Amino acid sequence: MDYFTELLNNPGITKAMWPATVETMQMVFISSVVSVVVGLLIGILLHTTDKTGLAPMRWLNVILSGIIVNITRSIPFAILMVALIPFSALVVGTSLGPIAASVSLTIGTVPFFARLVETALRDVSSGKIDAALVMGSTKMQVIRKVMVPEALPGIVSAITTTVVTIIGYSAMAGLVGGGGLGRLAYNYGYTRYELEIMIITIIIIVIMVQVVQILGDWIARKVDHR
Amino acid sequence: MITVSDLRKVYRQGSNDVVALDGVSLEVPTGKIHGIVGHSGAGKSTLVRCLTLLDQPTSGSVAVNGKELTNVDSDALRNARRRIGMVFQHANLFDSRTTEQNVAYPLELVGTPKKEIAEKVAQLLELVGLTKFAKGYPSQLSGGQRQRVGIARALATDPDVLLCDEPTSALDPATTDEILELVRKLRDRLNITVLIITHEMHVVKQICDSVSLLEAGKIVEHGDLEAVITNASGRLASTLLPLPGEAPQAEGAGRVLDLLYTGAQATEPVISGIARKFNTDVNVLAGSVEHLGDQQFAHLRVQFAPDVDIAAIIEHLESTGIAVTVKEAK
Ligand SMILES: Nc1ncnc2c1ncn2[C@@H]1O[C@H](COP(=O)(O)OP(=O)(O)OP(=O)(O)O)[C@@H](O)[C@H]1O
Ligand SMILES: [Mg+2]
Repeated sequence: MDYFTELLNNPGITKAMWPATVETMQMVFISSVVSVVVGLLIGILLHTTDKTGLAPMRWLNVILSGIIVNITRSIPFAILMVALIPFSALVVGTSLGPIAASVSLTIGTVPFFARLVETALRDVSSGKIDAALVMGSTKMQVIRKVMVPEALPGIVSAITTTVVTIIGYSAMAGLVGGGGLGRLAYNYGYTRYELEIMIITIIIIVIMVQVVQILGDWIARKVDHR
Repeated sequence: MITVSDLRKVYRQGSNDVVALDGVSLEVPTGKIHGIVGHSGAGKSTLVRCLTLLDQPTSGSVAVNGKELTNVDSDALRNARRRIGMVFQHANLFDSRTTEQNVAYPLELVGTPKKEIAEKVAQLLELVGLTKFAKGYPSQLSGGQRQRVGIARALATDPDVLLCDEPTSALDPATTDEILELVRKLRDRLNITVLIITHEMHVVKQICDSVSLLEAGKIVEHGDLEAVITNASGRLASTLLPLPGEAPQAEGAGRVLDLLYTGAQATEPVISGIARKFNTDVNVLAGSVEHLGDQQFAHLRVQFAPDVDIAAIIEHLESTGIAVTVKEAK
């Protein structure tokens, strides 16, 4: 009994746990939304500007694929994040807090998501694209009405994977000023060695990931008519 | 009507050029069904891609009802493409759309009002006999049903030409005949020009009015079905009307002739006529007789005794309009 009373009075839980969860959700939400929007765009460009794509454009493909995506993806996230601190400060005016952390989280995940989108789009058979073109579609119509809808199950899975990745990264981002559950686990669980806080943090994060995964899988099934 | 003149397509493969189409010219009159046959690698797919301008021909032109498709800007090309309905081997339906949404697709592209789309789609689905599958997804349909949806979709813009690329190659024989019957019915009803690319002679026999043989990027033989099937020196005749199984080769001392004939002669007792007239025995080694459309065609291999006046027999046969080829005795 004593143990639980103590636990319920622990400021780490009563005071810090909820704000930290909110901060994490903020980070995850902001970076997920921006990553999905920007990454979808880049993914579509990666696919369509390819030499066998809908609108081959070598220079753009080289810039997007070679320079932006490949280079960004080869930098370990922890390093990228630290390197981006000055940039985050420039964009949002501070290098601290969940909003600032969202900047580096987004930059870190956009290339990852863009590649997943590109893969999903590549799975749409070229016969369907041909059919759309032969029926008189503009390139824009092919993308909007055929390519993306046909790849939607894959894109939804890609979003799920990306959000899960962002949750993971957000804990890391928390350590370098982002706050949130990552910071909480570090402050209480690591520095003060309060095992309970560590465990509860882990449970919350596991629940978050599971909710995202289950929801994502459910939506993917809903939109998959193959 | 579709008119193709001197179409050439050269692909670059590494450092050498592959001539996939080498001056193809072709004209299919309105309301006719024309088949294009050819072996693998003959250039059939290339021809389809060039006809629809999915690939830019190296030179030559394609026109539908006198309207050029080649050398026009992309807006004009998109409009011209709507004059051609295309049916694919694997239907290429959109899995994310229901049957009716698939058929509605070409109409959506040009912003047709919803009500008009609904009416047209219902009408098309009725035409291909799929009304009760309107709300279903392609994955719930059989191969033949999918192909019907593909045909309905191809007809949504009221095209002048229906271009079918191996439309039945993925279907079983019964379904193949069903689809071919449907295409013929649609041609009769809509007076649409049909171009069918295929490697199946069965398809040609079943519905084509005329046929072209494509070989190494060239049309090496073409004409009305009746003409090519009875042209003994042509290559299509023996593939369209092959002798059954392992037809016995010319053997022994006798003289062996291959006879190809059609229509009137097919109903006459040709063989017994010769036997009587030349007072000799005629041995039928192999034969096949088929009804195509309202015509009857026959391909026979016959053997005569060594001592007959073979020249006279050949002359007699040819004078009655029968195509004769002499088979060398081995
Ligand atoms: N994109 C391409 N690049 C280079 N060569 C090509 C290309 N497409 C076709 N070819 C060549 O053109 C020739 C004709 O090919 P095509 O695909 O038109 O034949 P096909 O008659 O459709 O054969 P199949 O019945 O096997 O489909 C072949 O020699 C092929 O190698
Ligand atoms: Mg082919």
